Amino acid sequence: MLDLRNYSCLGEALRAAVERWPGEICLIESDRDRENGRLTYRQFHEAAMPLARALQDAGLVPGTRASIIMTNQSKWLISAYAILYSGGVLVPLDYKLTPAEQLQLLAHSKAEILITEYHLWKAITQAEGFRGLAVRTILVTEAPPGAELAGARRWEEFRDAREPAFAPRKRSDWASIVYSSGTGGQPKGAVLTHENYLELCRALTAVYPFWPGVRYLSILPTNHVIDFMVGFFGPFICGATVVHLRTLRPEYVRDAFARYKIAYVTLVPLILKNLQKGLQARFDALPPARRKLFHALVSVNKALTKRRPRPALSRLLLKQVHQAFGGELRAIIVGGAFTEPQTLQFFYDLGILVANAYGTTEGGAGITVNDFKPFRADTVGKPLPGTEVKILNPDADAIGEVVVRSKSVMSHYLDDPEMTAETIVDGWLQTGDLGRLDAAGHLQLFGRKKNMIVTEEGKNIYPEDIENVFAGLPVKEFCVFAANYLWPQRTMAGEQLVIVLHPEAGQEVTPKLREQVAAKNRRLINFKRIHGAVAWDRDFPRTASLKIKRGALAEKIRQRLDRSAVVPL
Amino acid sequence: MHATDDTLNQVLTLAAGHFKVPRQSLSPDDDFFKTLGIDSLQALDLLTRLENHFGVELPDYELQGVSDFRTLAARIQSRL
Repeated sequence: MLDLRNYSCLGEALRAAVERWPGEICLIESDRDRENGRLTYRQFHEAAMPLARALQDAGLVPGTRASIIMTNQSKWLISAYAILYSGGVLVPLDYKLTPAEQLQLLAHSKAEILITEYHLWKAITQAEGFRGLAVRTILVTEAPPGAELAGARRWEEFRDAREPAFAPRKRSDWASIVYSSGTGGQPKGAVLTHENYLELCRALTAVYPFWPGVRYLSILPTNHVIDFMVGFFGPFICGATVVHLRTLRPEYVRDAFARYKIAYVTLVPLILKNLQKGLQARFDALPPARRKLFHALVSVNKALTKRRPRPALSRLLLKQVHQAFGGELRAIIVGGAFTEPQTLQFFYDLGILVANAYGTTEGGAGITVNDFKPFRADTVGKPLPGTEVKILNPDADAIGEVVVRSKSVMSHYLDDPEMTAETIVDGWLQTGDLGRLDAAGHLQLFGRKKNMIVTEEGKNIYPEDIENVFAGLPVKEFCVFAANYLWPQRTMAGEQLVIVLHPEAGQEVTPKLREQVAAKNRRLINFKRIHGAVAWDRDFPRTASLKIKRGALAEKIRQRLDRSAVVPL
Repeated sequence: MHATDDTLNQVLTLAAGHFKVPRQSLSPDDDFFKTLGIDSLQALDLLTRLENHFGVELPDYELQGVSDFRTLAARIQSRL
């Protein structure tokens, strides 16, 4: 593993990794059951250099912002390396956003370069607002021969052998702008420095190290800070291998574990639960005698691993289960959203270690992680080395807002000093999450202080970002809330959004109105949709500039109504 | 491209069979996430089922932003 204390920027550390492990495989890309290719570290470097040269020829200088919008694949990482090698600032955007949302964030980030896939680019060119796109250089991957590229160039066309210039950056320089939310309302672009990444990587690899030959399966989108760290930078500075799948079909994800002998993977709760469901169905289908034997073996494993994990023993006892995961799996890391303790326990009882972790984009992805000393299903683990976690204004049950101080906490929000000042107070990041630290130093989460939800897919959804979809409803006013913000319930399970409807005087919330809400709701991508509607008959409290006072409105609703007032759409 | 009635009908029948709901309970413009009560991974499962039936390969991104049977059928139709 490289000693990251000796490096000042991501590009420098990646370049050192290439020099240290030239012959090791760094990337494997698979599409369903077909393998697209493998690259050694040397080949990875050789693929990135012509691209870096082309970007520099196109005007990329240190500090230039360059966006990547791509699904998980080798070209994502090759492109990122070319940008970082050249001193550029990475703007990784979510490929699942709508083209209109992508255009909005491209404009907000002031990205001058865009690297994207052909099918995504085609959708962007057809979106309203495309004509206003200010990006001056666009590279498109996998465009079919003869395709109309609307001014973009082909990623694959660069073969220039001239050596690009390596641009060193200082630790305090910006490495990336990562959007955690804010596509409909105020965009929140977290500016992360090279120091943020280098220090977080040191902390994470101290707990979960990689080494040459070990394989990481990259499933979470690489634009997400977690996958960027554990599915790219972390493995690379250790000479390890990253495996990409071009599909998220559950059957191919399951197969990949065994086919590629995966050692580590990070999942969101949705995929973890899907794996659990698949395993449970297989166990239930066992003939009675074998099922009985299986349950007996699970009981033995539970007894033997009560105090600490014993991976070798578990693999022996529950051989078939472990073989289905390739037999090399060391840990599944789960994060991005709330995971039910029963799910974590299910896997632990099988001897499969699922490390529940907690992080935020602003905190640099990793804040706490479980280390199995011992296994805890009820917490998100202990703070990473170098990370301080405090509970602000704890109540009688010691629950309060989780605040964090570390070298991984973002620099600021792009172009938003006001929101930055609200979020980082005296050097402490206010996470907006409610938690408690127990005697063993483990963090337990109990809900959110903020009016937002996080889906099982790890997507942060803010009401302000989706309200514009409901514009034009025939009501006097409306407002979207997280149900748990209106009615806190000390859990992070089952988070949902609701719309509060205040009809015109003398009118009511009729089934027809709810149908109109439902029709507009369908315009949202499925994970952003609201769950139900609440009828409200009083004027919303507003500021002098007529903005809804959401906190005051929530308080009034809480006083007069409970959850039973929500009518599902 | 619009889906033919036949393609659309087959998509509805296969979806009903895959998720074990009565065929009559599904309509072309239904939001399948809501009507079938499924998540995005289950929707990908359905896509695999449809691929096997129609003998086409649909990349995951063909499902992006799609939530009704009619549009899904049109995406399949365009690759037949």
